Amino acid sequence: MISPDQVEAMIKAGLPDAEVAVQDLTGGGDHYQVAVVSGAFEGLSLVKRHQLVYKAVNSAMSSEAIHALSLETNTPSEVAAAS
Amino acid sequence: MSPETKAKIDTLVEENKIMVFMKGTKLMPQCGFSNNVVQILNMLGAPYETLDVLANPDIRQGIKEYSNWPTIPQVYINGEFIGGSDILIKMYEDGNLQETVEVALAS
Repeated sequence: MISPDQVEAMIKAGLPDAEVAVQDLTGGGDHYQVAVVSGAFEGLSLVKRHQLVYKAVNSAMSSEAIHALSLETNTPSEVAAAS
Repeated sequence: MSPETKAKIDTLVEENKIMVFMKGTKLMPQCGFSNNVVQILNMLGAPYETLDVLANPDIRQGIKEYSNWPTIPQVYINGEFIGGSDILIKMYEDGNLQETVEVALAS
């Protein structure tokens, strides 16, 4: 179990420019849905983008503090194009 | 990951055009994310093979290392790691999955 603020802090430690929105899906602190917007995703496939986020939260994933992590990854320009 | 586990995964990924490592089976997925993947592939009507990681603890651990991906399910198409449930859903919505599957089945 881990707090939404900790999840956000871990992701920002790995991706300093990231905008992070964390949602606790069950209220149990171990099933999270996270939307990340970062320039670091530019030109990367979805797999590579998700791997960057997984790497940032690796310690919480491997200790199973986070059981499930649903990810949405976009670049700032993709967000601008969608709005 | 032992060499035996790696060899087993190599074979599964090479011999099946669409290979899914999941919790449970096609008929009885044991996790919502694995179920998402099964439902999408069923909608596409493409033939695919699954392996239940709950019944194969060595592969359950090994596949995470193999793909550099910490979660299950994991989908391989034509030997290439495609991603997990979120990516499959997004690719399905964008129409990219249908295309990827068609190309794989035609090759």
